[in-house]
Amino acid sequence: MTGLSLLLLALVPGDGAASEDAVVSFDREVRPLLSDRCFECHGPDANAREAGLRLDEREGLFGTAHGVPVVAPGRPEDSVLFQRITDEDPLQRMPPSTSRHSLLAGEVDLLRRWIEQGAPWEGHWAWSAPQGSGAVDVDAHIDAALEAAQLEPRTPTDLRTLVRRLSWDLTGLPADLEDLRRLERGELALEGFVDQLLASPHYGERMTQHWLDLVRYADTVGYHGDQEWTVWPYRDWVLRAFNENMPFDRFTVEQLAGDLLPDATMGQRVAATYNRLNMVTFEGGSQPKEFLLKYAADRVRNYSSIWLGSTVGCAECHDHKFDPYTTRDFYALSAFFADIDEVGVYGNFQGRKVPPEMRVAYPADQARLDALARALVGAEREATVWDDDLREARALWERDLLDRARSGERREVEWVGASQGNGGRDQGDWRWDDSVRRGEVRTRVQQGAETVQHFFLGADRTLTLGEGDLLFAWVRIDPEDPPQELMLQFHRDGTWEHRAVWGGPRIPFGPVGQDAPARRPQGALPPVGEWVRLEVDPASLGLLEGSPVDGMAFTQFGGRVHWAEAGVETRVPDLVFGGLPPAARAALLAGEGERDSAQAAQLDARFLAETPLRAEQREALERARADHDALDASLPRMVATVSVAPREVRVRPRGNWMDDSGPVVQPAVPAFLPQGAFPTERRATRLDLARWTVSDANPLAARAFVNRIWRLLFGAGLAADPQDLGTQGGRPTHPELLDALAVEFVAGGWDVKALIRRLVLTRTYQRSSRLTPELAERDPYNRLLARQARFRLDAEFVRDGALASSGLLAATLGGPSVKPYQPEGYWAQLNFPLRRWRADAGEGLHRRSLYTFWCRTFTHPALLAFDAPSREECVSARNRANTPQQALVLLNDPSFVEAARVLAQAVVAREARPQERVAHLFERVLTRAPRAEEVALVLELVAAEQQRYVADPDAARALLAVGESAALDGPDPAELAAWTQAARLVLNTGEAVTRS
Amino acid sequence: MSQQVLFTRRGLLGYAGGGLLAGAMASLLGRDALARGGGAALGSRLHHSPRVRRVIHLCMAGGPSHLETLDEKPELARRDGEPMPESFTRGQQLAQLQGQALRCFAPQHPFQTFGASGQRISALFPSIGAHADRLCIVRSMTTDQINHDPAHTLMNTGSGLSGRPSMGSWTTWGLGSETQDLPGYVVLTSIGRGGQMQPIAARQWSAGFLPGRHQGVHLRSSGDPVLYARPPAGSSLEDQRRLVDATAALDRAEATRTGDPELATRIAQYEMAFRMQTSVPELMDLGDESRETLELYGTEGADGSYAANCLLARRLAERGVRFIQLYHRGWDHHGGIKRSMEITAREVDQATGALLTDLARRGLLEDTLVIWGGEFGRTPMAQGNGRDHHIKGFSLWLAGGGIDGGTSYGGTDELGYAAVDRPVHVNDLHATLLHLLGLDHERLLFRFQGRDYRLTDVAGRVVRPWLA
Repeated sequence: MTGLSLLLLALVPGDGAASEDAVVSFDREVRPLLSDRCFECHGPDANAREAGLRLDEREGLFGTAHGVPVVAPGRPEDSVLFQRITDEDPLQRMPPSTSRHSLLAGEVDLLRRWIEQGAPWEGHWAWSAPQGSGAVDVDAHIDAALEAAQLEPRTPTDLRTLVRRLSWDLTGLPADLEDLRRLERGELALEGFVDQLLASPHYGERMTQHWLDLVRYADTVGYHGDQEWTVWPYRDWVLRAFNENMPFDRFTVEQLAGDLLPDATMGQRVAATYNRLNMVTFEGGSQPKEFLLKYAADRVRNYSSIWLGSTVGCAECHDHKFDPYTTRDFYALSAFFADIDEVGVYGNFQGRKVPPEMRVAYPADQARLDALARALVGAEREATVWDDDLREARALWERDLLDRARSGERREVEWVGASQGNGGRDQGDWRWDDSVRRGEVRTRVQQGAETVQHFFLGADRTLTLGEGDLLFAWVRIDPEDPPQELMLQFHRDGTWEHRAVWGGPRIPFGPVGQDAPARRPQGALPPVGEWVRLEVDPASLGLLEGSPVDGMAFTQFGGRVHWAEAGVETRVPDLVFGGLPPAARAALLAGEGERDSAQAAQLDARFLAETPLRAEQREALERARADHDALDASLPRMVATVSVAPREVRVRPRGNWMDDSGPVVQPAVPAFLPQGAFPTERRATRLDLARWTVSDANPLAARAFVNRIWRLLFGAGLAADPQDLGTQGGRPTHPELLDALAVEFVAGGWDVKALIRRLVLTRTYQRSSRLTPELAERDPYNRLLARQARFRLDAEFVRDGALASSGLLAATLGGPSVKPYQPEGYWAQLNFPLRRWRADAGEGLHRRSLYTFWCRTFTHPALLAFDAPSREECVSARNRANTPQQALVLLNDPSFVEAARVLAQAVVAREARPQERVAHLFERVLTRAPRAEEVALVLELVAAEQQRYVADPDAARALLAVGESAALDGPDPAELAAWTQAARLVLNTGEAVTRS
Repeated sequence: MSQQVLFTRRGLLGYAGGGLLAGAMASLLGRDALARGGGAALGSRLHHSPRVRRVIHLCMAGGPSHLETLDEKPELARRDGEPMPESFTRGQQLAQLQGQALRCFAPQHPFQTFGASGQRISALFPSIGAHADRLCIVRSMTTDQINHDPAHTLMNTGSGLSGRPSMGSWTTWGLGSETQDLPGYVVLTSIGRGGQMQPIAARQWSAGFLPGRHQGVHLRSSGDPVLYARPPAGSSLEDQRRLVDATAALDRAEATRTGDPELATRIAQYEMAFRMQTSVPELMDLGDESRETLELYGTEGADGSYAANCLLARRLAERGVRFIQLYHRGWDHHGGIKRSMEITAREVDQATGALLTDLARRGLLEDTLVIWGGEFGRTPMAQGNGRDHHIKGFSLWLAGGGIDGGTSYGGTDELGYAAVDRPVHVNDLHATLLHLLGLDHERLLFRFQGRDYRLTDVAGRVVRPWLA
C-alpha cells in the first residue's frame, strides 16, 4: 500500500524526484514508510523489538540510542535513524540485508528531507477524533485535489447510466424501466427517484447483503460437520433495521448488547444473536477449552474489523506489529464477551441444537399467542365444569364399570396391530411383511444372527394395566431358523426393567439367570411353525405401579420370527387407554371408600375425557389446543445470546490455549484509545463496550462505517482498506473529507439513508465512468475520483439481475433461507450427518440471492464463483476476480438459462418485429437501446439458432424445458429457443454484470 | 487489491504502450507484481531453478496411524496393555481420550523390509513398498491442530485459521499455469469403507485472499465433473460456440467504448470456459487407456474411487495441471483399527503404487513431487481397539523430482509418541515443497490487510536432507 502515497506524489506535476522544498507529511509519508520497513523489529511488539528501539511512538523516535538522538530535528547527519539507513557498511545498514526489507534511494531521501524540515510529528490520522464542522461539500474536496493534480474530471454521465448505477448501488437490482421513462419525461426528479429507491424494501436487502459479509452470517456452523442452525431471524432484523433507517449507533448497540438493554424487546434480543454468529464445532474429541478460546478470538476479530476498522486479531499471539494494540488489549476485548452462555463443543449433531436458543415471537405474534393461550384456558374450563346432570352420569359410568369388572367377559384390546399406531417413536427395524398375515392382519418379520429387536417408545396412547389383565403378543417361529430366546420388554417411567423371556438365556439384557420382574422366565420356547400367543401377567413384571406403560420391545436372539398383534386381555377395555395411572384404576375398581383425593380427581378427569355430555366442549378444547400449538410451532427457535456469570479470561501467551500462566484480565477497550466515560468502578459489560463504540471517545466506528459506504458507492474506500485503518492500511486519499463526513454523520444522528442520499447527489458520484488514456496514465487507481468506478456486480446481484430482468424474481421479503438450483452432489463431501441439497419448489427458486441458504463449507457454487465469501471471517471488500468459472455459471447454470428463456418469452410476447425484440431485450437487461451493429449481431445469432432448432425441434423443446417455471404455450418452440439464445447472449455480456 | 492493481496495470499498458510508464509502474508494484499477460499467459515468480513442475498430494484424510503404516515400534508391541508411561503424556493435548486411562496398544500389523534400501513399511502396503527406493519416508512430522477441520486447514494453508490461501493456490499464483484448457489446481475426492468419512470443506482448496482464479477446482466423480461445465440441455457445443463468439464481439465493442481492461480478460476467460466444456469430458473419458493400465491401477473407469482418481491424477499431470490433490476420506480409525486398516490400505495401496509406476515409465515422475500422508497421526495409546488423533509425531512420504529416494528422515520415541529426532513441522514441509517448485517461501508474499502473508506464516525452513 505504500505504492499509494508514492503514486499520489507521482501525480503532482513534475513527478520523479520530489522537489527539495515540498513539505513532507509525517502521517501521510513517513509513518507508513517506517511502519512497512521498520516496525517489525522496532515497533509495538515488545517481544520482537530489537536494540530497545521503538519508532512507532513519539518518545522512541525522538529519544536517544547510546546517547545519540534517534532523530535530531533539522540534522539528519546527527540522527541515528539516518546514519543507520545510509551506513556504508552493509552489515550496519538498516534494514538488514537478511530481512526481506530494503529502502529505495527516494525513500531514504524522503526521510532526510523530513528530518531537515524539522521532523514535524503527527499522530496517526485515525486514532484521534475526526475533525470537521458544518455541512460538507464533497465535490469541493474532490475538485480541489483534482485541481491540485491538474486532472480534468469526467463529464456527468448520461441519465440512463446514472439510473442504472443508482438502482444497482441502492437496491442491487437493475433499473425499473417505468421509473426511467418518468425521469426522461421530467415527471420524476432525480432527488425523488433517489428517495424512492431509499424507500424501497430492496434498499434494505442491498444493505443487508453488505452487512452479512461483515458479521459473517451463515446458515451453518462452519467447523467440521458444518451442521445447520437457525439464525435467519437475525438476518431479517438487519433487513428491517436498514429499511426503517435505524440510526447506526442504535443498530450497533442492539447487536452487541441488545439482550442487556433494560426491558429488552424481542427485536433487541434477536439483534444480540450477532454475538453468536461465529463458527462453532460439533466435532467429537475437540477440546471445549480450546474451542471457547477460538470463539472468543473470532469475536474480537469480528468486532474490531467492523467497528474499529482494525486488525486487532493480530494481537492474539503477540503484540501487534504495526499498531499499538497489545496482547492484553486483545484478551481484554475478548473478556467483554465472556458472559455469553455457550459451550466449546456442541453435542448431538442429529438434534442440530446450538443452545441456548429462543423462540422468536414479535409483539404481534406474542399477542396472538397470548390470546390463543387464554382461549385454551377458557376451553379447558368449559370442558370441566360440573353440574347435576354430569354428576349423575358420573355415578352411572362408575357403576357400569364396576359391574363389568366383576362379572364381564375378558376381551382382547390391541396395542400394536397392522401398524404401530400408538404415536411413539419406532426404533430398530420394523420390517412389515404384507405376505405373511395372521388372519387379515399383516405382521413384522425379524431375523438376525444375534440379538435383534424392534420397539417403540414414548407412546401417546399409553397402556394402563390392572389386576386380572393378561399381556399378550402373537409370534410364529420359522421352523427352518428358530431363535434361541424370545423376549417382551415394557417401558414405563423411563426404564425398560420389565421383561418376560421364553427359552434362552442368550439375550444380554436384564439380570440374566435370575427370576425377577426385570427378567421373568416364562418357560421354554413355544412350538415352531404356528401362531402362538405369548402371555404374561403384568403384575409379575411390576407393571401395576407407577405410570402407564409407554413402550414395548420385541426381542429375539437369532433365528427368524414373525411378530403379530400385541396388547392386553382385560375385563375393562374402557380403562386401558387414556392415561389413567394403574393405582387410580385399582382405586376405582375397589370402590369409593378406597380413593384418596388425587385418585378421585384422576377418575373424574377420565370420565370427563369420554362422557358424551362434554363432547362438544372437548372438541372446542382440541381446536383451541391445535390453534395454539400450530402458532407456537410456526415461530422460529433461534440461537440466542444469553448473559451468564462471566468466565475468567486470561492472557494466553503466544495464543496457546493450554498456557494458564498469563494474567487474568478484565473487560477493557484498547488502552491507547480514548476511554471516554468508560466505567471503572465495576466490571464493564458488552453494553458498556457497545456504548463506548458509538460514543465520541471512539475515533474509529464512524470513520470505518462512512468509509465502507463510500466504497459501496465509489468502488473503493477513501481509505483503501476498509478493514484496516491502522498504520499499514494506507492513509485516506482525502482524509479531511472522510473526517468531515464522519463528523456530519454522527452529528446528524447516524442517519444511514441521509449519508447515502447526500453522497449519490454529488457531482462526483454522477460522473461518467469511462476511462480516458490520460486518466489511465495519470490515475489508474482512480484515487482522485476524476471518474466514477466500473466494477463487476456482487455475486448475489449478478443472479438477482437476471431474475429481475426476466420477471422471474419473487418479491417476498425475509423468512427462512431458500434453496435454488444447485448441482447434484455438491454437498457429497459433508458428513455428520450426510446431507443432500433439495431445491425448493416454487418461489424459493427465484428469491433474491440474499436468502439463499448459506453453507459455510460448501457455499452455493454459483455465488462462490463470483467471489461471494464463505462467511467464516469478516469480509469488508470482496475480491472481484475474473474467472472461467464465472463464464460457466452464466452460460450453464439453470438459474441463468431459465431466466433467459423467461426473458425471451416476455420479449417475444411483447414485440413482433425482430429489431424491436432486440431493443426490448437490451433495455430490460442493459437499460439502453442497442446500437445498429449490435442489432445485426443479435439477429444473426437468432437466425442461425432458429435454423438449427427448426432442424432439431427436440433440442428446442429440451432448452425450453430447463427450469421449473412454466414454459409459454403457443409460440413456435424453434423461435422461442432461438430468442432464448439471444437472451443468454445479452445476459452473458460483461456489461450485464458490470455497474458503471 | 493486487488483483485490481494487475488488471489496471494491464489496461494502463494498453494505453501507454509500455515504455517509461511500465517501468514506473513496475517499481511501484514492487516484488509482488511481476508482469503477467492476459488470462492465459504463463506468469511466473520463480526465485530459483525448479526441481519439479507439479505436485500430486495424496491426502489421507482422517489421520492415518503412523504405527500401522510407516513407523515400526516393537517396544510398543512389548508393552501392549500396559499403562502408557506418564512421562510421555503429562500436560499433552488429547482429543477423545481426555480423562481416560491411557494404555499402550500394540501395532496391529507387521512391518516388512522393502527394496534395496531396506525401508521398513507395514506389510499392508506391498505396492507402495515396491517403490521403497523412490521414497523419502519422514517419521518426525508434527502439527498444531488436533481436530480434523483445523488440522486440514493447517496442512493446506499453513495456518489453523480459516481464510488463508491453500498451497495449491500459492503454487499457481507463484508459477502460473501450463495448461490453457484446464484449471491449474485440481482436487479429487474419494470415500472409503474403513472409517468414518471425513467431511472436507471447500475452504481446503480456497484461494483465500489470492485472486479467485487460483482457487482449486473440485473435479467431481458424480454429476458433472466440473460444476457448470456441461452445456444446458438443447444447447450443443456449436450453439455454445456461437454464443461465446457473439459475447466476445459485444464485449470487445464495449471495451473499445469504455476503455475497461477487465473486458479483455473476460473474453479470455470465456475462451477457457468454452475449452473446459470439451477438455473436461476428454480428460474424464478413460477409453483411451489400455487394459493393462486400468488393471495396474485396479479401476474400470472414472467411478470416483481412489484408484480411478490416481489414474486421473496422471492424466491431469500429463495435461499440465500444476497442483493435484487427491483426498481419500476414510482414515479416521477410532475403533477397530486392525480391520479398518486392512480395508483402507487395500483401497489405497495398489493405485498409489500404480501411480508411481505409471508416472515413472512416462517420464513424469522426475519433475513431479508426490506427497502421501494425512493431517496428523494416531495415538500409541488404545482407544478401545482403535487409536485417537495425535499431533506430536506422525509420518508421511515423498517421492519424485528432487527427492532423495530410499531414505528415511527423523523419528519418534520408542513408543511412537513424540517426534524426537529432527522434528518437522507442517510449515517446514511447505517450505520444502515451494523450494522444489523454484519458490522461496520467505519471498513468496502477498500483501493483505496491511501485512505480508506467506504460505509458511512466520515459520518454516527447507529440509535439505530430503533433497537429492
